[in-house]
Amino acid sequence: MASSGTSSGAAAAARGARRTERLLNLVIALSATRRWLTKEQIRAAVPQYADCATTVAFERMFERDKEDLRELGVPLEAGGEDPLFGDEAGYRIDRDAYALPEIDFTPAELAVLSLASRVWQQASLAGPATRALVKLRSLGVEPDESSLVGLEPRVRTSEPAFDPLYAATRDRAPVSFAYRRAGAEPSTRHVEPWAIVSWHGRWYLVGHDRDRDATRVFRLSRVSSAVKRIGRPGSYDVPTDVDPREVVAGTVGERATRRARLLVRTGSALAVRRRAVSVTPAPAPAADPPGDDAPGADLVEVDVADVEVAADELAAYGDAVLVLDPAPLRDAVLRRLRGAAGTSPDPAPAGAAP
Amino acid sequence: MSGSASTERLSRLLAMVPYLLRHQGLPLEEAAEHFGITTDDLVHDLELLFVCGTPGHLPDDLIDARWDSGRVYLSNADPIARPARLAVDEAVALLVGLRTLAEVPGLHDRDALAGATAKLTEAAGEAAGRAAEAAGAVRVDVRTGDDAALADVLATCRRGLAGHRRLHLAYLVPSRDERTERDVDPMRLVTVAGRWYLEAWCHRVEGVRLFRLDRIEAARVLDADGTPPAGAVSRDVHSDLFRPSPDDLVVTLDLAPQAAWVVDYYPVESVQPAPEDAWERASLRVRLRAADTRWVRRLLLRLGAGARAVDPPELAVEVREAALAALARYELLDAGSAGGPAGEPGPGPGA
Repeated sequence: MASSGTSSGAAAAARGARRTERLLNLVIALSATRRWLTKEQIRAAVPQYADCATTVAFERMFERDKEDLRELGVPLEAGGEDPLFGDEAGYRIDRDAYALPEIDFTPAELAVLSLASRVWQQASLAGPATRALVKLRSLGVEPDESSLVGLEPRVRTSEPAFDPLYAATRDRAPVSFAYRRAGAEPSTRHVEPWAIVSWHGRWYLVGHDRDRDATRVFRLSRVSSAVKRIGRPGSYDVPTDVDPREVVAGTVGERATRRARLLVRTGSALAVRRRAVSVTPAPAPAADPPGDDAPGADLVEVDVADVEVAADELAAYGDAVLVLDPAPLRDAVLRRLRGAAGTSPDPAPAGAAP
Repeated sequence: MSGSASTERLSRLLAMVPYLLRHQGLPLEEAAEHFGITTDDLVHDLELLFVCGTPGHLPDDLIDARWDSGRVYLSNADPIARPARLAVDEAVALLVGLRTLAEVPGLHDRDALAGATAKLTEAAGEAAGRAAEAAGAVRVDVRTGDDAALADVLATCRRGLAGHRRLHLAYLVPSRDERTERDVDPMRLVTVAGRWYLEAWCHRVEGVRLFRLDRIEAARVLDADGTPPAGAVSRDVHSDLFRPSPDDLVVTLDLAPQAAWVVDYYPVESVQPAPEDAWERASLRVRLRAADTRWVRRLLLRLGAGARAVDPPELAVEVREAALAALARYELLDAGSAGGPAGEPGPGPGA
């Protein structure tokens, strides 16, 4: 686990091993007992707690250990036989609540689960995904992956805001963060997270923006501060009639499409032709004048969602693609061409970021 | 969220004990492979188990692990003899993964997906409700939209992969506006930034290449073995997608503020504030690698008044001429629609 053979790496590995030992002994001690164990009993039962010189240090370490075990799904119960016991309550692990039931996964089911866990391979939930699979595989079934060979759907979470926003979404806890919009100063937003969505390779948060009292979409890569919780878990309801993907798609993605008619030189703009609704040879007068030995042209119809995005693509083909209509698309292409030709008087915006 | 190395390891140990208890005498290599670790890691894990046990920690209290014969025997581990239930995040990760798979076009094993989802809920026990709710709030989009052609191509590629058959592709290279024909041996289908790619050994260039599925015009399974050569190694698609090649040419561009996004989007060699003698609208001067000048020319046409080519100088001339040629054709078109075909010859192609 230590990445190098240096002495500090070796020391870190030794500390890590000692911590694992401590946690394992703690799990065994709390599972082996039927009675509640007090903190003092636990401190005596787990040899590695002897590393703590003071009670304060032990209690701090024990608190951290409890949290680690809960994150791993180990159900640590706190309680006691005697309600008058108060603070000195005890702890134990209920073995029935702890244990994975006997579940008969088929080899094909285990194969899809295995593939499902790898979706997160380069993402935040990689750890939990791997741990889950190791647990399920310990039931003894070998996955049959023959029908899934070579299929690798993957997500990435390179945005630092993913972890806290995922956790806030999971816990339904309101948050605040600084958010930077294109070309504007960051502003602080107060949001009730509803869902977190990966759309065309980018992560978005969908939620209720408290300041604007409206549903809003936030791109995670534009969160420019730490994410702070500003309320308790479970302190709001998520509407059930909202499809978060549609909200994201409606905000950042496909809007209603309209049909564009293009005059495309024969053999050119292959990527445009590939998604064309129709391609028909263009009537002669519309194409290049007779006598010219230029190649012919086709009338190509495509559906366009965003005029600026489409204009970016079409302008790049230069004189191989002419837009007949709609007028806004034609104007957007002409604006780019005039800009590139240096005949445009105004520095009109062109080439929006993809 | 990903947990520390020691909690990762604890989780593995808690899963390993039940498995080894049920599979007494398993060869070390097989046990290691089952958990996806090396035999050295496994031996370290067994050494750690060996010193843990119930309070008292006398020899009789400790877990008994033996592996000196090359086979693993484990006993005296009753309190942790069964694997733990799934934690909330663990169930969420798998549930979201399963739903993502369910949306992959052409993944036909619906029974396995439905069965796995149902049994997973059981495996999460008390955490199942929270996990299902949280999983519902995490969405990953790998759909191919309404693009039926793309779904077809994906299905064809999967047939090639499953049957180890060679594929014939008609592939569009937009930077050159070219249609290429090639035979490839498929290696895997992978999503990068929400797009599907086929990674394959390409016989035309004799190398591993990534093909964007929405640029495959047609795909056909060939009646030929499609096992890639031994030297074909999968690449780290995330870092390699835009890997520049030493043969690339380097161009220098001046960018106006509205085109500054280019710096984030394409691999640039260097970025600096626009120097004194730069184009008057420029805020940045960047050096950019490109495999092909046609690609840069297309980028510059698209950027319009947002950018100017600095070097090589002929690039600026080329872009200007391409734009003028297109504008001239528009004029001709307008004249044509106003009063019939124009009598003078059209401008030549800008290329």
